[in-house]
Amino acid sequence: MSVDQATVRRIARLARIAVEPHEIPHLQGEINAILSFVEELSAVDVEGVEPMTSVIPMKLPMREDVVTDGEIAAKVLANAPLTEDGFFVVPKVVE
Amino acid sequence: MTDPTSLTLAQARDALRAKTLSSVELTRAYLDNIGKAKGLNAYVEVTADKALQMAAASDAKFARGEGGPLEGVALGIKDLYATEGVHTQACSHILDGFKPQYESTVTAHLWRDGAVMLGKLNMDEFAMGSSNETSYYGPVASPWLPPNWDGARAKAALPGDKKGLLTPGGSSGGSAAAVAARLCVAATASDTGGSIRQPAAFTGIVGIKPTYGRCSRYGMVAFASSLDQAGPLARDMRDAAIMLTSMAGHDPKDSTCYDAPVPNYEAAVGRSVKGMTIGIPREYRLDGMPAEIEALWRQGAEWLKAAGAKVVDVSLPHTRHALPAYYIVAPAEASSNLARYDGVRYGLREDGGDIIGLYERTRARGFGAEVRRRLMIGTYVLSAGYYDAYYVRAQKIRTLIKRDFETVFAEGVDAILTPATPSPAFGIGEKGSADPVEMYLNDVFTVTVNMAGLPGLVAPAGLSSAGLPMGLQLIGRPFDEETLFSIGAALEQSAPKLAMPDAWWA
Repeated sequence: MSVDQATVRRIARLARIAVEPHEIPHLQGEINAILSFVEELSAVDVEGVEPMTSVIPMKLPMREDVVTDGEIAAKVLANAPLTEDGFFVVPKVVE
Repeated sequence: MTDPTSLTLAQARDALRAKTLSSVELTRAYLDNIGKAKGLNAYVEVTADKALQMAAASDAKFARGEGGPLEGVALGIKDLYATEGVHTQACSHILDGFKPQYESTVTAHLWRDGAVMLGKLNMDEFAMGSSNETSYYGPVASPWLPPNWDGARAKAALPGDKKGLLTPGGSSGGSAAAVAARLCVAATASDTGGSIRQPAAFTGIVGIKPTYGRCSRYGMVAFASSLDQAGPLARDMRDAAIMLTSMAGHDPKDSTCYDAPVPNYEAAVGRSVKGMTIGIPREYRLDGMPAEIEALWRQGAEWLKAAGAKVVDVSLPHTRHALPAYYIVAPAEASSNLARYDGVRYGLREDGGDIIGLYERTRARGFGAEVRRRLMIGTYVLSAGYYDAYYVRAQKIRTLIKRDFETVFAEGVDAILTPATPSPAFGIGEKGSADPVEMYLNDVFTVTVNMAGLPGLVAPAGLSSAGLPMGLQLIGRPFDEETLFSIGAALEQSAPKLAMPDAWWA
């Protein structure tokens, strides 16, 4: 399988990475190189094989459903590039 | 008095306990070495004041007759471990200025046991790379000289782009270079596809990726969560065992962390390997593999035979599919994990008009080329219509890879011996610029281990004809790191002792 330039633009949009038009052909080449590298997998017989979900068989641990932390707004916001009154600030999203 | 930085971790620990050396002396000696080795670019942040405070606290404990297993031992920490209030960026521009408000569990274990932090170590951006060249802070130079170079020529190449100097491997390139160049006693590292083991092989030191779940991933910057695992880089087998004993252990903050006591791994070093069965997988014999790697592998098997082990041929038929399957699974998980870098909660923020523009511009500017490439591949293989063909199929192949190992272990094999890397260290700027896959092939012998969640250890085993270190890998049963340390120590006993390079960079 290989991708065309429209698909490269679509993937970039889905990945939320801005790409300039002049970068597209180069990215297309690189992505196709990787896709052709993984192409051989389509020939492997995986009939009846379960996809791996957990590499080490382990019971998912459970704990009491209680609040164990919180009330640390200042810590949560400490690394934010822009905050106001204890909130993260983003461009207007609701008209 | 001997130079304290020439001591192994075990020797430094014993000297500190015997009070023939103080932690402040040891720490100062390392800070001095680090100051003279700036050109190697192994550290991205040196925490000298903090180090000296921690060292003084350790000396005070010794004076009171107290002290933990790593008391006063000066360590370097890979930049992907969250260290409270200290530079933690996984060497990415997108985490600009990030200072965690919390400590990773692995580093917390080290401080609990008395260790001293020297600073944060360079790495490939988000651990995506095999040469430390994708770091936002630039490449790391290996302390090993390129073949036929003298120290003066190498030193002259340090201030520029470092082209022609050797890479220490990656992604834990800063950690490996720092250990080999005596810029720390030992270092933390991490391994998603070979990032501990390949740098260990390239720099002639010991590295172990323990079983998935042996160490907590809490506070490690995530790359591919089902593959990532913490581990140490150290000067010898005993040092690696001491480090892992402290780093490992249960943590309720990571639901994939294994809940069982941590053995004293140091006790396994020196244990006899007599009667153990070592498997040699025929699928690891690659076309075009350098003859000296093949010869080293055979030599390693002979050493273990001489130590009393039985060596048998085994088959791991799905080996060749591991690397392609990895390049679906790892980018897929990365694309999900790295979605959190959005310019809102931490790090870099680039305005872009509306909120989507903010995300897209921040991520375009903050991620380097290799990370962007992998995020796009990951996004593609998880996108509607391709998920089953790529991601689900790769996870099925992962089941087959794991089954191969289970079959071999069920036949009574205690550990598997393989080469660590397909070649000794290559030069900075030499690989991957035209075709990213060229760089990926470095991990051909190591990724299988991550895909199956098993422990893998690399021991230095000799020098190439060009005088560069080469390593051998041991793969073990789940949670049987002890056997790997015992066999690794047997290899260490038999292999010629590598003299670490003189400080040409100073």
